[in-house]
Amino acid sequence: MLPLSSFVEWSPAAELGIALLLGAGFGFCLERAGFGSARKLTAVFYLYDMAVVKVMFTAIVTTMAGLFLLSAGGWMDLSQLYLEPTNYAAQGLGGLVFGAGFIVGGYCPGTSVSGAATGRMDAMLFMLGMLCGVLAYAEFTPGLDAWIKAGSSGELTLPTLTGLGMGWWVLVFVAFLAFAAWGMGWLERHFTTLRPQT
Amino acid sequence: MSHSLTANPTGNPGARPIPSSARPYGNPYLMGFLLGLVLLATYVVTGRGLGATAAFSAVAAWLAGIVSPLQVQDNLVHGRYWNDGAPLASWTLFLLAGAALGAFVSGWQGRRLAWSVERGPNVSVNTRLVLAFAGGFIAAYGAKIAKGCTSGQALTGGSMLNVGSLVFMLAVFASAYALAWFVRKEWL
Repeated sequence: MLPLSSFVEWSPAAELGIALLLGAGFGFCLERAGFGSARKLTAVFYLYDMAVVKVMFTAIVTTMAGLFLLSAGGWMDLSQLYLEPTNYAAQGLGGLVFGAGFIVGGYCPGTSVSGAATGRMDAMLFMLGMLCGVLAYAEFTPGLDAWIKAGSSGELTLPTLTGLGMGWWVLVFVAFLAFAAWGMGWLERHFTTLRPQT
Repeated sequence: MSHSLTANPTGNPGARPIPSSARPYGNPYLMGFLLGLVLLATYVVTGRGLGATAAFSAVAAWLAGIVSPLQVQDNLVHGRYWNDGAPLASWTLFLLAGAALGAFVSGWQGRRLAWSVERGPNVSVNTRLVLAFAGGFIAAYGAKIAKGCTSGQALTGGSMLNVGSLVFMLAVFASAYALAWFVRKEWL
């Protein structure tokens, strides 16, 4: 049963090769979607270009549906997949801080790589800021990790929380995506005057 | 669809070279679908999803290790990325190296390669670069606290319906939308 990692032992070099390959697909998609541009990314917060939500939402729904189908068909054991433990305080607070960094810096960690790879110097500065940030976290506030660990609620998904199966959630998300697609088209038409002309 | 109205896909005003031949970006729903397939493939092959922040943590551990290898192993945070003295042999770092390659190829195909600074028409290059650095620093802290970023939490966890990831995603958008008005001069 999938995932492959549950029954295949790769050499360390092969694992890094797989990382390179998957990363290439990742970076290609990000750049082609326009995520190498901070203006395209931040446009979502001024509502005149909702591409960020469209891409992210579609990606999440695609993967979710794929995982569900693989599992329902008996080909994949979802319990073998890594799940980051839920921690409401850490993910809520971290998300708020992260959002501030996103709108001020113009990128997130993955997209800054795609921006830097296409020559965006602000993306390179964002990456340098990231590096200094994780260094500062490790050097000056390593105690935060213990605080995060202490408040963990363990592995928690919407199906386990609500009792509603994953298949139903896939349907809910697909329906919501269809509705959101319509709503985002409306937003973009409504706020098109915010788009900088130069 | 209105996204095709994007007149200037590189969105870069000012004196920097803008490739006027830049091709339009892909359809966002199609690109989202393809990105979803990449994420699905990552799950199928490795049992884990995508990530990005761990790559920066690995480089940070490597840098700290140059200064003092002993201290790095004692450090609670660095220690997790030390990887028995080979922090640069990090899976996520190689993922991002591949991502840089993939993005470069896409940018080259789309004629979007350009030394430029992404900014609104009302902000200077220097201010924008300082804000980019500051934003990166802040985002790093947020990602470390939340145990993941847009890749590791929002995309990867979200597709598993991970409750913490969905909380993270809502918090990110709430925060950025709340602050958007205050930094509008940087983008509009």
